[in-house]
Amino acid sequence: MKLTGKAWKFGDGISTDHIAPGRLFHLRSNLPELAKHVLEDARADFAPNVKPGDFVVGGRNFGQGSSREHAPTIIKMAGVSAVLAKSVARIFYRNAINVGLPVIIMDTDRISEGDQIEVDLAEGVVLNRTQGTTHAIPPLPLTMRKILSDGGLVEHIKKHGGKLGLD
Amino acid sequence: MGKTISEKILSAHAGYAVKANDIAVVDVDLAYVQDGTGPLTVRQFKTMGFTAVPNASRRMIYLDHASPSPRRELSNDHKFLRDFARETGVILSEIGWGISHVVALEKYVNPGDVVVGADSHTCTGGALCAFATGMGSTDIAVAFGLGKTWLRCPETFKMRAEGRLPKGVYSKDLMLHFIGLIGAEGANYKAVEFSGSAIRALTMDARATMSNMAVECGAKVGLIGIDDVSLAWLKLHGRAPKQLPDLEPDRDAVYERVIEIDAEKLKPTLSCPHFVDNTRTIDDVERVRVDQVFLGTSTNGRIEDLRIAADILKGRTVKPGTRLIVTPGSREIYAQAAQEGLLQVFVDAGGVVTGPGCGACVGVHEGILGDGEVCVATQNRNFCGRMGNPNASIYLASPALAAATAIEGRIADPRDHVK
Repeated sequence: MKLTGKAWKFGDGISTDHIAPGRLFHLRSNLPELAKHVLEDARADFAPNVKPGDFVVGGRNFGQGSSREHAPTIIKMAGVSAVLAKSVARIFYRNAINVGLPVIIMDTDRISEGDQIEVDLAEGVVLNRTQGTTHAIPPLPLTMRKILSDGGLVEHIKKHGGKLGLD
Repeated sequence: MGKTISEKILSAHAGYAVKANDIAVVDVDLAYVQDGTGPLTVRQFKTMGFTAVPNASRRMIYLDHASPSPRRELSNDHKFLRDFARETGVILSEIGWGISHVVALEKYVNPGDVVVGADSHTCTGGALCAFATGMGSTDIAVAFGLGKTWLRCPETFKMRAEGRLPKGVYSKDLMLHFIGLIGAEGANYKAVEFSGSAIRALTMDARATMSNMAVECGAKVGLIGIDDVSLAWLKLHGRAPKQLPDLEPDRDAVYERVIEIDAEKLKPTLSCPHFVDNTRTIDDVERVRVDQVFLGTSTNGRIEDLRIAADILKGRTVKPGTRLIVTPGSREIYAQAAQEGLLQVFVDAGGVVTGPGCGACVGVHEGILGDGEVCVATQNRNFCGRMGNPNASIYLASPALAAATAIEGRIADPRDHVK
């Protein structure tokens, strides 16, 4: 499946407090409402204008901070097809796989705001249609590939009869 | 080839030899959630078809982030979590009983445990040499349902701090210095073993500060070896181990990086807005006016922290125009601080003492900052928006620096105030 959309650029060190801030703590059991504010404190123009298929393009250490899984969940709920970043904080990365949000680690300096991006996860390629550049995605470790291809951890557990199918 | 502490603990929990970069499914000793992540854990638990929680006496729900609840949405979350605890036998830690990581160290974490928590600062358990790490809600739902999780065994950084910390300099300064040195993602996906004479000289409360902030340099765990100090703590809390697992790193263990720190050279250190690794010593920080001083959290809300601050504040008053909020980390600490007269010192100085919990740190209640305001806090994060307002600024520092700042009303050098 090919993912296509435009690039929304973010800087280095985007934290979970930018993505799903504590001041909206009371919305954590109301994810559709929380998703309307996704990344609001980093870019106020993002949530109202993001289109299904678009990409969040970050810098270093994207998603640093809290373990709140609500952060990758609401990025996915906003219609974002993948996060592209130079590096990603450990817990955010794990959570993103668990909720079925692809995260691609790559040099994002060559992507500009609004570039048309196409990602082919099966082929492992990021194509920047605006710049005419391609980037090969290194394969994920098998454990994470299994969870992601099952559609996240919930679907993985269901598929494996209530167990972790990783042994 | 020798094993690191992480390799030893994960091997023991996988049932076979696990080395760095192996992915293993391991048994979980302790698993917990808090009120911000717990409701999603429970919903995911149910969606996956789990009904019972095996080993429920080693699974906890902490109502600590919004405690007591300031809004009806959160009251309903609390109700949902209380119902789940009643149905499954999972231990419920009520509002006002304290912060998950603080209470877990007091009551539940054992050396060599695998501990997973739906809170990034679960790594605090590393102070008792547990492989303790933060995960998301769904991972903990699986740990609740199966008693297992998958982990990639991390490569290890050894941090070796030698020498005595100077007067007015604490483990918080050491840890902020370390984070500034290696950066916010310097140890991403790695384990950190804290070692050396400066670490061995720390009390358990001071060690907890180190392990708590391991995640702020990206680390998965922040481990401190077991010694007389930690054994005395375990004994004091009624769980002296009958037999300790082997938790000594082997002499020929492989370390990806060794970072040496001369503790004697350290100065009071702050993280400046808006990143934890934006550290500077007090000598290089502009002494800006401060609106709010916040003493508490899983980083520095323990009894020793309150004693250090009270010692500085005793007989002094908070500068007009500045406010002081003190939030003890747990019920045990709150009671102890009351007994020692520390709470009286804070109130006499013009501060406010809240009930135990995460308090102002998370930006939910009990000290949300106003536009343009500046806060000096003893917590672990100063990200934009952290304390409920993206238009405010947060400096992180030790309890001593925070107390000195409350007196002067501007960022102050604790060395001028420590008696």
